[in-house]
Amino acid sequence: MSATAHSVIEPTARERRFAATLIVIYALVTMLPLVWIFMTSLKTPQDSISYPPKVVFGPTLEGYVNLFTTRTRQTPEYMASLPPPETWWDELVRSRNMVIAGPSKFGERFLNSVIIGFGSTFLTIFLGTLAAYAFSRFRVPLKDDLLFFILSTRMMPPVAVAIPIFLMYRQLGLSDTHLGMILLYTAVNLSLAVWLLKGFMDEIPREYEEAAMIDGYTRLQAFRKVVLPQATTGIAATAIFCLIFAWNEYAFALLLTSGTAQTAPPFIPTIIGEGGLDWPAVAAGATLFLLPVLVFTILLRKHLLRGITFGAVRK
Amino acid sequence: MAELALEGIEKAFGTTRALDRLDLDVADGELVVLLGPTGAGKTTTLRTVAGLDRPDAGRVLIGGVDVTSEPPAVRDVAFVFQQYSLYPHYTVFENLAFPLRSPLRRQSAAVIRERVETIARMLKIESKLQNRATRLSGGEMQRVALGRALVREPALFLMDEPLSSLDAKLRETLRVELKRIQQELGATILYVTHDQIEAMTLADRIGVLEQGRLLQIAPPREIYGRPANVDVARRLGSPPINLLPPQLLPDLEAPSATHVVGVRPEDLVLNGRGVASAITQVEHLGADTVVALEANEVRLHALVSGESRLETGTTIHFSVAPDAMLFFDADGRRLDGGGERA
Repeated sequence: MSATAHSVIEPTARERRFAATLIVIYALVTMLPLVWIFMTSLKTPQDSISYPPKVVFGPTLEGYVNLFTTRTRQTPEYMASLPPPETWWDELVRSRNMVIAGPSKFGERFLNSVIIGFGSTFLTIFLGTLAAYAFSRFRVPLKDDLLFFILSTRMMPPVAVAIPIFLMYRQLGLSDTHLGMILLYTAVNLSLAVWLLKGFMDEIPREYEEAAMIDGYTRLQAFRKVVLPQATTGIAATAIFCLIFAWNEYAFALLLTSGTAQTAPPFIPTIIGEGGLDWPAVAAGATLFLLPVLVFTILLRKHLLRGITFGAVRK
Repeated sequence: MAELALEGIEKAFGTTRALDRLDLDVADGELVVLLGPTGAGKTTTLRTVAGLDRPDAGRVLIGGVDVTSEPPAVRDVAFVFQQYSLYPHYTVFENLAFPLRSPLRRQSAAVIRERVETIARMLKIESKLQNRATRLSGGEMQRVALGRALVREPALFLMDEPLSSLDAKLRETLRVELKRIQQELGATILYVTHDQIEAMTLADRIGVLEQGRLLQIAPPREIYGRPANVDVARRLGSPPINLLPPQLLPDLEAPSATHVVGVRPEDLVLNGRGVASAITQVEHLGADTVVALEANEVRLHALVSGESRLETGTTIHFSVAPDAMLFFDADGRRLDGGGERA
């Protein structure tokens, strides 16, 4: 037994080490699938399906090249008749007795994800912030019932309404359109956003905008100049949650999009190579797909952390 | 600057009646202090004048113009909040410049800079202009809040206990400063407080509010010397006024309806004649001494100037000068015949 006196609240060095070890182990467990996907994206198709799995292997960018291109197999005579390859990816493809026929659809699908993900996040935040402000500040008739109604839209899994939405969208001509997907994700995200943002708005004393209104500003100007800057933390945290949902959504995207507005999640698993799925290309697609959310979260991580601990540190 | 008139203002929050047919006039260049207990309707009055609360009935006139249904922005009033309410994302300079940058005023950058610097110098915060508003001491924050009101020369100033969250010494300094600035600018100010020293020293007239009604509005000395009723008499004075049954005082010449006699502590004369009483406590305050007495089971306080040799437990006789007595009837209204001195 250690005789050293220490504070009851402060952890000892030993407790600290123990906590750190736990965190590191947990981080490793959660990161393992991501590491596996990243490793697979650098393997050759053979290596990716070998058993036992290869941990040490010669890395190649073949998966990434396959992800972005469509290729055709050619006869050895034709291959021999070609001029020398101009780029490293030409060379890589030719080593498999193939030539690049054109770009794949991954770029388009990725762009669709960006447009729909960020578009719906922006729309959700725009509408959610205004609605949350109104709920926070005004005497809205049936306010509590309305708030409960808004929350109740999240009480079932969104996919439960997939069939009505599918039929509705077909009637309205919204199937497989960017607008349709943006509206859909906004509708799903808005309830969470209104509730989260209302909490943040309630924390901002109303004297600020009252002072601004007396200082010669309209309510909307006061909102923009005084309330919004103080709500950035809450808005950033909410935006991350909304983006992550819209970015990762799979079921609706699979059901409602097939071509022009198809997002990356339903597209990636359909990347077919010779003799089945092209796993390195699928893994390369998944790796690239993770990046935007990762960057967005890192950029806003300060806000995110403060957003989560908002109520606790403010007073 | 302009005058303010409230006519028959009524305001209820749910079933609570905050203002009950309130009439109030503030003359151009006058400083009126509203005094009253918590929940008397002081803050609601200010918010109604500012346009932050809309009255259920009645009219608000600023400079003779009916602004009852106008939004706060166009009323040209300045409001100093109890909790400063400085914009936390701005520097001191930006806080002070904020009213001047409003779309209603649109001053040029040079004019704004000059106005802000003048005000900052007046309030002695010019060295803090580039600080974040949240990185200031309480006194500095309150100066900035005052500055934000002063910077645009509004028709009317509304101040809601602006000094109450400061420590005693700072409160005194700023109180003196505020009076000086008010006289310099000839500003019209409606000021809310529950601190009677603030009310007595600042006010041209004091309005005593209770339960949404104005009990009396008059210059401080009149409020103190000739209160309209018992509630007003009790609101001012420390220690509070002694309220005695008429039977306690012998040879009393009072109006027949007299129910209670009010005597300020400083008007009790401890001269060895009159009513016998026991001394229960003696408190030396430095310049004055508060003596607590008990006569016929009535507790009262006397204020004696200087240090007193009186001792707890002894008996002393006291009397009251007839012109210092205030007579109240059974409903608490003051009767004529007393308080000639005021």
